[in-house]
Amino acid sequence: MARAWKLHDNVNTDEIIPGRYNMTTDRASLARHCLCEVRPDFPAGVKPGDIIVGGRNFGCGSSREHAPIAIQTCGVVAVVAPSFARIFYRNAVNIGLPLLVCPESERIEEGDEIEVDIAAGTVSNRTRNEIYNVEPLPAFIGRIAEAGGILEFIKTYGWEGVGA
Amino acid sequence: MGTLAEEIFSRRVGRQVRAGEIVVAPVDYVMSHDNTTPIAIESFKKLGMPIWDPERVIIVFDHMIPAPTRQAAQQHRDIRDFMAENGLTTLLTDGICHQVLVEKGYIVPGGLVVGADSHSCTYGALGCFGTGMGSTDVAVIYATGKSWFRVPETMRISLHGHLQPGVYAKDACLALARTLDVDGATYMAMEFGGEAVDGMDISERMTLSNMSIEMGAKAGLVEPDERTLAYVAPRARDPFEPVYPVDPTYAREVELDVSLLEPQVSCPNEVSNVVGVTEVQGTPLDQVFIGTCTNGRLDDMAIAAGVLEGKTVNPNTRLIVTPASRDVYAEAARLGYLQTFMEAGAQVNTPGCGPCIGRHQGVLTAGERALTTQNRNFKGRMGDPTSELFLGSPATAAASAIAGHIADPRQFV
Repeated sequence: MARAWKLHDNVNTDEIIPGRYNMTTDRASLARHCLCEVRPDFPAGVKPGDIIVGGRNFGCGSSREHAPIAIQTCGVVAVVAPSFARIFYRNAVNIGLPLLVCPESERIEEGDEIEVDIAAGTVSNRTRNEIYNVEPLPAFIGRIAEAGGILEFIKTYGWEGVGA
Repeated sequence: MGTLAEEIFSRRVGRQVRAGEIVVAPVDYVMSHDNTTPIAIESFKKLGMPIWDPERVIIVFDHMIPAPTRQAAQQHRDIRDFMAENGLTTLLTDGICHQVLVEKGYIVPGGLVVGADSHSCTYGALGCFGTGMGSTDVAVIYATGKSWFRVPETMRISLHGHLQPGVYAKDACLALARTLDVDGATYMAMEFGGEAVDGMDISERMTLSNMSIEMGAKAGLVEPDERTLAYVAPRARDPFEPVYPVDPTYAREVELDVSLLEPQVSCPNEVSNVVGVTEVQGTPLDQVFIGTCTNGRLDDMAIAAGVLEGKTVNPNTRLIVTPASRDVYAEAARLGYLQTFMEAGAQVNTPGCGPCIGRHQGVLTAGERALTTQNRNFKGRMGDPTSELFLGSPATAAASAIAGHIADPRQFV
């Protein structure tokens, strides 16, 4: 069972990891500053297995991969939102951070106990006793996710494996 | 047959493709900068493959140059070492990546260039499909020269009429952001046209394309015309053949008459939070910043210098001017613009991203308020999270620096 950290619409990558704190590739340092200004209680309060529930257009703005890395390093197992910004979406898939497109995620409130079932494509809200459906990943993106990210995908299949 | 985006990808992959298809396409160049290269290097090493083509991997130092901290200096050192180990020779330190790639002829109509920076969509101004990706995607391109793309649907943006004096491409773009909101074009290519765009020079078109990501777009394209070819011909590093839309079908069409548009200002903390300048004039400002990949080019310097000529920056505010590239800097010096800025009391910085990312050369402290010509005003972007950013044109910025508060530039032009 995981705690939901509920965030607003249009969370941008500057909010996820501010520019002052991303002059490094040190994962622990990125995690320490993850969401530190919009949710000062997050870096110390987040526990492995927790889930971020964003509003629409989650991850907009800069292309910094530091953003999904920071979230992943905090132990967050998935980000659930009605929609994601494009570059963040690619970056998260590439590093193996699951993103769940869930139109009904607005019903989840801060601190709700939730559970994601990626294979089944559902988000269960234990606090409210509700189950929400997740939009399936486009087939090709699903293959990258299944491989564990784009590096593993390329190492295993190469571009020939795309069949495009 | 297709939109400019579809036509570019069709030619790349040698068959007719349509929006929605996934394609694997070779790029002309791949670019990463001093902030995104370190993670790309880590991912590249995990891949364990050699560099695809050392001539086509471009590294730019612009986000923290000259190095403001020992940490930044070390990051530069590590990147230089990686380049030496892998035979990479194209390290550009001439200014902001997008400006420099365009100036130095890496960007051509019909091209495909990926940058590890969200504003790589700027290249669309020349009819090149430029798009931003993250470091790991870019590391894969370092190694393979290719990436996967979902051919995007296209939103056609028609800007009708002619901009009034004192109103610029930046204002049109901010008005568009208000209309479309910050995710109105997510996953799509924007294709700009109409008589207002036809009348814009390359620099102004770059402002439009640059800001397309602020509406979520994957690319911000302008169909090439005579101006494009005249700009590119003396610069292009490779032979090129322009691509044009052919009987395009658009997913959405947006029309905007810019004739009656007044100068626009985007208010904190969202780019789409846009009002006419008259609604916010008088708002006191601690700092004004003119520069960035959005509005740091020679015409922007000329506009700002025209407003500031013989005037003085208000003692309650400070003006920072940062030309986007060494070429812009040199030309602005030669034409006397930098002299005008300095005589007005501005601080003129060396080319680079500067305070746009809140690291150096003009960081804001708690509660301070700035008006800037950059493309995004996210909370804390220029420093303290309680500071506030307003976005406007170089003319609005210059007029505001003189007034010490947000001011309508039309009184000066």
